[in-house]
Amino acid sequence: MTNTVGYSAIVGALVVSLVGAVIAFAAVRTGRSGLAALGRRASYVVFGLACLANLTMVYALVTHDFSVGYVAQVGSRSTPMFYTVISLWSSLDGSILFWGLIIAGYTAAVVYIHRSRYRELMPAVAGTLLVVNAFFWLLLAGPANPFTQVFPVPADGPGPNPLLQNHPFMGLHPPLLYLGYVGLAVPFAFGIAALITGKLGGDWIRAVRRWTMAPWIFLTCGIVAGAWWSYEVLGWGGYWAWDPVENASFLPWLTATAFLHSIMVQERRQTLKTWNILLVVATFLLTLFGTFLTRSGILASVHAFTEGLIGPFFLGFITFVLLASLVLLAWRTDELKSEPTLDSVASRETAFLLNNLLLVAFTFTVLLGTMYPLIAEAVRGVKVSVGAPYFNRMSVPISLALVFLAGVGPALPWRRGSPELLSRKFVWPSAVALLAGVGFWLLGARDFWTWLTLVLAVLAVGLLWGEFWRPARARMQAQGEGMGRALASLTLKNRRRYGGYVVHLGIVVMAVGIALSATYRKEREVTLAIGQSAEFAGYVVRLDSLYAGREAHRDFVEAAFGIGKGSEQLAVLTPRLNYYPMSDQPIGTPHVRTRPHEDLYLSLMAYARDGSTATVNIIVNPMVVWIWIGGGIVALGALFAISTVGTGGVTGRRPEIAVERDAQPIRAAVGGSD
Amino acid sequence: MKKRLTLAVGVLVVVLIFGYFAFGGLGRSLVYFWTPTELLAEGDAAYGTSVRLGGMVVPGSVRWDADRRELNFQLADEGGTIEVYNAGIPPQMFLEAADRKEPIGAVVEGTLTREGVFRATNLMVRHSEEYRAPQHGEDKQEYYRELFRDQSSGGAE
Repeated sequence: MTNTVGYSAIVGALVVSLVGAVIAFAAVRTGRSGLAALGRRASYVVFGLACLANLTMVYALVTHDFSVGYVAQVGSRSTPMFYTVISLWSSLDGSILFWGLIIAGYTAAVVYIHRSRYRELMPAVAGTLLVVNAFFWLLLAGPANPFTQVFPVPADGPGPNPLLQNHPFMGLHPPLLYLGYVGLAVPFAFGIAALITGKLGGDWIRAVRRWTMAPWIFLTCGIVAGAWWSYEVLGWGGYWAWDPVENASFLPWLTATAFLHSIMVQERRQTLKTWNILLVVATFLLTLFGTFLTRSGILASVHAFTEGLIGPFFLGFITFVLLASLVLLAWRTDELKSEPTLDSVASRETAFLLNNLLLVAFTFTVLLGTMYPLIAEAVRGVKVSVGAPYFNRMSVPISLALVFLAGVGPALPWRRGSPELLSRKFVWPSAVALLAGVGFWLLGARDFWTWLTLVLAVLAVGLLWGEFWRPARARMQAQGEGMGRALASLTLKNRRRYGGYVVHLGIVVMAVGIALSATYRKEREVTLAIGQSAEFAGYVVRLDSLYAGREAHRDFVEAAFGIGKGSEQLAVLTPRLNYYPMSDQPIGTPHVRTRPHEDLYLSLMAYARDGSTATVNIIVNPMVVWIWIGGGIVALGALFAISTVGTGGVTGRRPEIAVERDAQPIRAAVGGSD
Repeated sequence: MKKRLTLAVGVLVVVLIFGYFAFGGLGRSLVYFWTPTELLAEGDAAYGTSVRLGGMVVPGSVRWDADRRELNFQLADEGGTIEVYNAGIPPQMFLEAADRKEPIGAVVEGTLTREGVFRATNLMVRHSEEYRAPQHGEDKQEYYRELFRDQSSGGAE
C-alpha cells in the first residue's frame, strides 16, 4: 500500500514534469500567457506530488514498514527516532527522493515569485527546470526507485550507515548541501532561458543574482557544516581531506562564486556575456557531475555508501545538458558579442577578471585531482589516489591570491582610479600590514605561507575597513551623525555592497583559521594506565576511568580523561568508541574542548580488554573555531546582501540599483545585445 | 585585432604554466593502490613510491613491541609476502585478531625502503568476519581490490 502510494506519486511527478515542460516551451514559442499559467500550475502539482512521495517515505521509515525497499535497506527498529527520520537522506535512493523534493520546491518557488515578472524569460525558466525535474523523477521511477516491494518482509533492518548516525549534525549538513547543490539549477535555468529567448541583457542577470546567492549561501553553510561534521565525528582531528565527495561540493561553489562576481561586470559594463552563460552552465554541470561521482559508486570515499545503476543515467543527462547548452550558445553567438574593454589595470574590472581566472584555475586544479584516479584506472588500469599534498600545493597560492583580492578588489574603483585616490586608500593598510608582518615574524611565524596569509589578512581587513569607514566619516561630517548611526545607515542603504564586504571579511577569517590550524597543529598518541597522566602542549591529560556501556542502538567503550593545566583542573573529556550491530568496525567519537585560541581534541584509539589502559590521540589545534565563525560571518554577510526585498524601505525604491554610490544609469531595457 | 592576439597569447602562456605546475604536482602526489604481488612486480621502481598496500596479515608473523611502540608483521597475497614496519600503536582489533591468530585483512600506507621493508605511516584493518579467504577460482587480485574499497570507506584519513 505504502509502496503504491509512493510510487504513484513519483510516476505522477514524472508525467506532470514532462507535460509541464512541453506546455512551458509551447508558451515560449507562442507567447500565450494562458499556456505560461498552465506551466506554472504544472510546477505546483509536481511540488505537491514530491511532498507526497517524501512524506510517504518518512511515514514508512517511522512506522518501520520493511516491505518498502528503502526502509529494509536503511531502517532499523533500534535506531532512535531522529536518525530514523533523517535516514531519508542517509542512502542513495532516499537522498535522490529528497533531491526531487528540493528541485520541485525550487521550481515552484521560482515560478510563483516571478509569476508576474520577466514575462518572456519565465516560461523558458519553468520549462528548463521541469526538464531537470523530469530527469530526477525518471531516476526515481526507474533505477533509483525507493519504493520497491520487499518480499518476504524482514522483521528488522540494518539501520543507516553508522557514521551517519553518530552525530546530530547529520540532520543539518546534507539538507543544507542539497539546498545549495540543487538550487544551482535555477541560475542555470535562467541562463538557458536567456539563450532561448535571446534576452541576453539585463533581465536575466538581475533576476539570477538572488537565485544564485540563495543556493550559494546554503552550499557555503553545507560545506562548512560538512567540514565541522568531519572534524567532530571522524576522529582524525582534521576537517578537510580533499575527499572526492568534499571536492564534489566544492567545485560548483567555486564556479558559482566566480559567477556571482562576473555578473557584476556584465551589470556595469555589459561585457562578459558569453563568459557568464558558460559559468552558470559549468556550475550546473559540476553539480550533476558531483552527484554522479558520489551517487554512482564509481569512487570509494568516506561518503561512498552507495552503489547502483545510476551512473549511465547521469552521464547521459550530463551529455545532454552540455550539448544542448553548447548548441544554444553557438546559435546566439552574434547576440553575445561584446567588446572587451579595460580602461586601466588598477580597476575593479581587473580585480574581477583576476578573481574569475583564479577561481576557474582552482576549479580545474580540484577537478583534475578528483578525476585523475578515474582516468588512470580507465586508461592505464592502475588504481591510484591523488594525495592531499597536490591539492594543498596548488590551492594555497591560489587561495592567498584570492584573499589578497578580497581586500584589494573592493578598494579599487570601476574603470580607472586617480593615483591620489589609490594612494589614499592603500598607503595606510599596506603600512599596517607590513608592520604586522614584522610583528608576526618576531612572534615566531616562520612558515612562509602562514606568515603571508596573516599579512594579507591584515591588509584585506585594513582595506575593507577603509571602505566602511571612509564613507561613514563623510556622512558623519555632512549630516552630523554619530559613528554607529552613520555606519548603520550607510550599510543598510547599500546592503548588497556591504553585505559583500562582510562576506569577504568572513573569508579572510576562515583563511586565517585554516592557515594557523594547519601549520601549528600538534599531535601525540599516548597509552595511559588508569590514574596515569601525560603532559602535552601545556596540558596534563590524566586517564581517570575506562568503562563500557550499552545504548539502544549501540554499545560503547568510553574513557574519561581529566584535563588540567599545571595544577588547575579544566575539564573532563570523554572520547569513545561506538560499536554498531551491523558494523564490524568501531566508530570513534572524539571529544573536543573548543576555546577561541585553540581546541583540545581527544580521540580514543584503543584500550586494553581488562580496562587497565587506554590509548588516546591528543591533538592541539590552534584557532580552528575561527573557521566555523568565518563561515558564519560569510553566511550572515550574504544574507544581508540579499535582504533588500521587503525590508528595503529606507529609500522606498529598489535600493540595490538606487543607491550604488557611483551608479551610472543601468540600462533597464533589454540592453547590451546591440 | 592585435589586442586580441596579445590577450590570447597571454592567456595561453598562463594556461601552460598553470598546467605544468598542476600536472607536475599531480605526478609527485600520486599514491598507488597495490597488492604485494603488484608491488614486487614493480621491481626497483617501487622504492620510494607512495603506496597503499593491501593484503592479508600472515598469521603468527605479528611482533608488537609495546615499549618501543614498534610493530612488525608480514602482509601477503597469493603472489608474494612483504615485511611491514609500522611505528605507532595499531588499532584495537589488529592485535586482538593477531592474538587469536585469525586471518585479517590490512591496508598500510607508506613506502618500500631499499632494505626491502615497507615502512608504513598508517595502518588500517578489517575484521576477519568480512575477510574470508578468497574462494578457489575467484579472481584474487579483484578480491584484494575490494579490500581497498572497504578501507577507504572506513574514514581513516
